[in-house]
Parts: sequence; C-alpha cells; structure tokens
Amino acid sequence: MNDPMKYLPSGDSAIIIKTGSDISANQNIKVRKLLYGIEREKINGIVDFIPAYNELLICYDPLEISFRRLLDTLYLIENKLDDIQLPESRIIRVPVLYGGEAGPDLDEVAERNRLTPDKVIEIHSSADYLIYMLGFTPGFCYLGGMDERIATPRKAQPRLNIPAGSVGIADKQTGIYPIVSPGGWQLIGKTPLRLFDPARDPVFLFSPGDHIRFYAIGEEEFLRISELSEKGSIFTAHQ
Amino acid sequence: MDRIIVHSPGLLTTVQDEGRYGYQRFGMPVSGAMDIFSFRIANLLVENPVGSACLEATLTGPEITFDAPCMIAITGADMRPSLNGKPVRNWESVPAGKGDVLRFGAIRSGCRSYIAFSGGIDVPVVMGSRSTYLRSKTGGFHGRALQKGDFLSLSLISSNSSFPVKNKRLPDRFIPQYVKNPVIHVIPGPEVDRISFDGIRSFLISEYRVSPQCDRMGYRLAGPPVGLKTENPDIISAGISPGTIQVTGDGQLIILMADRQTTGGYVRIANVALADIPAVAQMKPGDTLHFREISMENAQKLQAERWNAAFSSVTK
Repeated sequence: MNDPMKYLPSGDSAIIIKTGSDISANQNIKVRKLLYGIEREKINGIVDFIPAYNELLICYDPLEISFRRLLDTLYLIENKLDDIQLPESRIIRVPVLYGGEAGPDLDEVAERNRLTPDKVIEIHSSADYLIYMLGFTPGFCYLGGMDERIATPRKAQPRLNIPAGSVGIADKQTGIYPIVSPGGWQLIGKTPLRLFDPARDPVFLFSPGDHIRFYAIGEEEFLRISELSEKGSIFTAHQ
Repeated sequence: MDRIIVHSPGLLTTVQDEGRYGYQRFGMPVSGAMDIFSFRIANLLVENPVGSACLEATLTGPEITFDAPCMIAITGADMRPSLNGKPVRNWESVPAGKGDVLRFGAIRSGCRSYIAFSGGIDVPVVMGSRSTYLRSKTGGFHGRALQKGDFLSLSLISSNSSFPVKNKRLPDRFIPQYVKNPVIHVIPGPEVDRISFDGIRSFLISEYRVSPQCDRMGYRLAGPPVGLKTENPDIISAGISPGTIQVTGDGQLIILMADRQTTGGYVRIANVALADIPAVAQMKPGDTLHFREISMENAQKLQAERWNAAFSSVTK
C-alpha cells in the first residue's frame, strides 16, 4: 500500500512527514529514505531530525528558512524517494550474560511462558531485531521482531535503578537500557557493551535501521568485554 | 586559568548553551537554555560569540567570586543581583573586577536567570555542545549542577587581558515582563484531531496552573482535564519538538521543555509558539497561564518581530 505522505506542522519550528499510520518495516524504510535524502541536500536552516516508526520530524529554525521554502524542498525530495538507495543495514551482534544477577527475571519469564530458561535464551537470541527508532533515553532502541512465545507483562512494581546494559522484555517488546534508569521491564540479562558513551567515537553503538542479534556469553567473557568497553572500544567492530 | 569561584551554587545552577543538536535521532535530548531569548541577550550584552556557554540559575542564584576582571550580564528572572553589595541591574552589562563578589537575593520575578561572562564559560564541548544534560550526566560542568567550591574558567580572549568594557543595555521596551496569568500562544499539534470538542474548549478557555512536577524536562499542568475522542490515549511513539504539549491518558497536560525526551507516546495536542517558550520557562510552580490559538505562520511572524528587533537593538 502506498499511502500518500502527510505533512503536518509540529509547532513553528518543526514539520512532520508521516509515511503511514501503522508500524511496519516498509513504513520505516520510507522514514529512513526521507532522512537520508533530506540530509544529503544539506538544507540551510534544518537543525535536527527525529526519525520514528512511521514519521520523520524535522526541526528547523524559522529565522533561517521559511516554512514555504522548506515544504517545497521536501516535496521535491519525496518525489525522488524511489531513487534513493539506503546504505546496507548493519547486523550488530550483542553479547548478553543471561540469567543470574544480570537477569533476575529470566526464571519468571520462563515460568510465565511455560518454557525452560534455556529455551527463553534460545528464542531471544535466535532472531534479528530491527531498530525502528531510538528515543526515551539516550541510546534506547525500539526493536521489532520479538517472538511472542517469550512475551511477558511488565513487573507490577517498577525498579528504581536498573543498571545500564540490562536486557529486558516488556509485553511483546525487547530492549536494552542504555543508562541507569527506573523501569518496569522483566530483566533477562545484561550486555557488557556500552550503548552510549559521550567520550567515544561513535558515541552511540546503534542507528535507526540497524539490526541487533543477541548471543549468550558466560561470566568470564562478560568481564573481558566489559574491560574493553570501559576503555572506549566499541567491541562489536572486532567480532 | 580559573576565573570564577563558586561559594554557594543556588538551588540548581547549570552551564547551558543553545543546545545539543544532531543527536536526537539517537534519543539524545537537546537541553540548552530553557529561555533562549534571555540567554541570547545575555551573550549579546557582553559581546560573546553566539552560543557561548552561560550559567542558568533556578529560583535562587549562586554566590561567586571573580579572580580576574570580566564583563558580566544578567538576564531573565530578577533575583536582585548585587556586586560587592551594590545592586546591579538585569539586562545590562557591567564590569566585574578581581575579587568582586556576585550575590543574589530573593527572587522578584521569573524563575531562571542567565549569567553571561565575557568569553563564555570554558567547559569541554561534548557532542557539539557545552550544555548540561543532568539525567545522563552529560556535558556542562562534569555533567552536573554547580556545587560549593567549584572553579570555572572562562574561554577568552584569556591571553589578551582586554575585554569589551562598553556598558550595553537592552532597551526597556524589549525587556520581557513576567506577568501573572500570561497568555501563551499555541499552534494546533499533529494529533489535535484526537481531542474531543469539549477537550479543545477546556484547553483554550481554562486557566492552568504549573504543578510542582516541573523541571527542565517539562511542566505538568493542573486544571480541567482535556478529553480525547477515543478510548485509546496512546499514539505510536513519535518525535517531540520544542514546546510540544502532550495529553496524558487521564487528560492532564505536559509542556515539554529543554531537556524533553526526543520521542513520546502521548497525544500531541499543540505546541507553544517559540516566541512564548521563554515566558513558560520563567514560570514556577503555582503560576497560572492561559492558552490562545495562533496559526503557525503568525507564530513565526511574532517570533521574528519580537526577537530580531531586540537582538539588533543590542548589537548595534
């Protein structure tokens, strides 16, 4: 289905291009193509972008570029959207120490779904998850593609301090906490990778459109990779 | 070279600039000065390059000593500043000498003061900005609010002991008045069609009060709930722009400010016009406001008229 794109102002310094009304990989590809195509043009007055599931928010400075002119430029880019070739999507392997202190809710997730903990790990680490978008906190990825056999409701009592790197499940979603935060996700493991490190280049490990593939590691490997991560290594590049 | 010594930090004083742009796609909030108008005027008054880092003080100001001379300018909230016990006026630049002590008193109006120092505050540029984002402890002065005993250096000009000594003032007609119950202009937002007729009516005619849950991230408002047409109050998570006003499931309003999260799942009913975001930034818990609808085009005109004239009155 090729719905026409909708252009909506979001205040007097942002415009939204909506590609559709649901969550699908196709809508999301259009969002990324728009972002890629617009960014390439280096339009004066555009200050930032927020790509989401099915819309792209473009922040601009109205003292630099008029809404009219911006709109005309965006229409031109939309018309050429089919010609835009996105760079190939990366698959980034993410090591996870499942269960134990790193994943205190692994057993609960298993019990609620009548699975063994090992089976939960097997299911969780056998899919490629598309990063639809990032948001909520620096580096938090909204992932698609989790197997519903391990879907689990959030905890009744949210935790106040979830350590950075924790891997969790909330309903039909899985995700990684990039920074220490409160939250109600069921924690099944922890990655030694740093998703967000302002002192490192790149600051963020993941970009919208990448895929994440989890794999299980043991405690020793967790410590080895942690040490590298603390030194600013992105590690994923070395796998 | 240390230039400023913090004797007491005030309630919440942070280093801020124009904000951290380019990383919102990774979920990184923009941060930066809550009241960009006052922030820019402060820099212009001391002839700083655009976007130099200033201090943003909240409700109570810091007490600081200078260990070298510089020009300073204080804008925004009136916290009765004084230099060596002598009152100094907001919205004008004044010279501070070595050993001088800058203090603040009880707040008279507004919520946030900006203190610009000639040269700007020299903290490391993190991801393109000197702004402090407290939640992830990023940028600014070690990612945190100032504390007693901190030393801050100014990027000068430091090799050169000269600095602009010209006193500059923002003409009275451009000085914002932080009135009670201000009218805040709003532009209909991307999901305004999800709001019921009564909801829109409440939004546009009611008085709303800034609740105690207000910080650099956003202001929760107390007042008549804004009803939605549909049972399901959520939207597919999507981007948030400056001044976005969200409606929560129970019809409460949240105005998102400088440290706003980049995306959210609540209905976006409207956006505060850029020209009025500074007025919101100067409100404190208990203050009331009214919303008035404005078109996007007129909002842009309003901002250009109000800001450009004020900026050029100081630069000439």
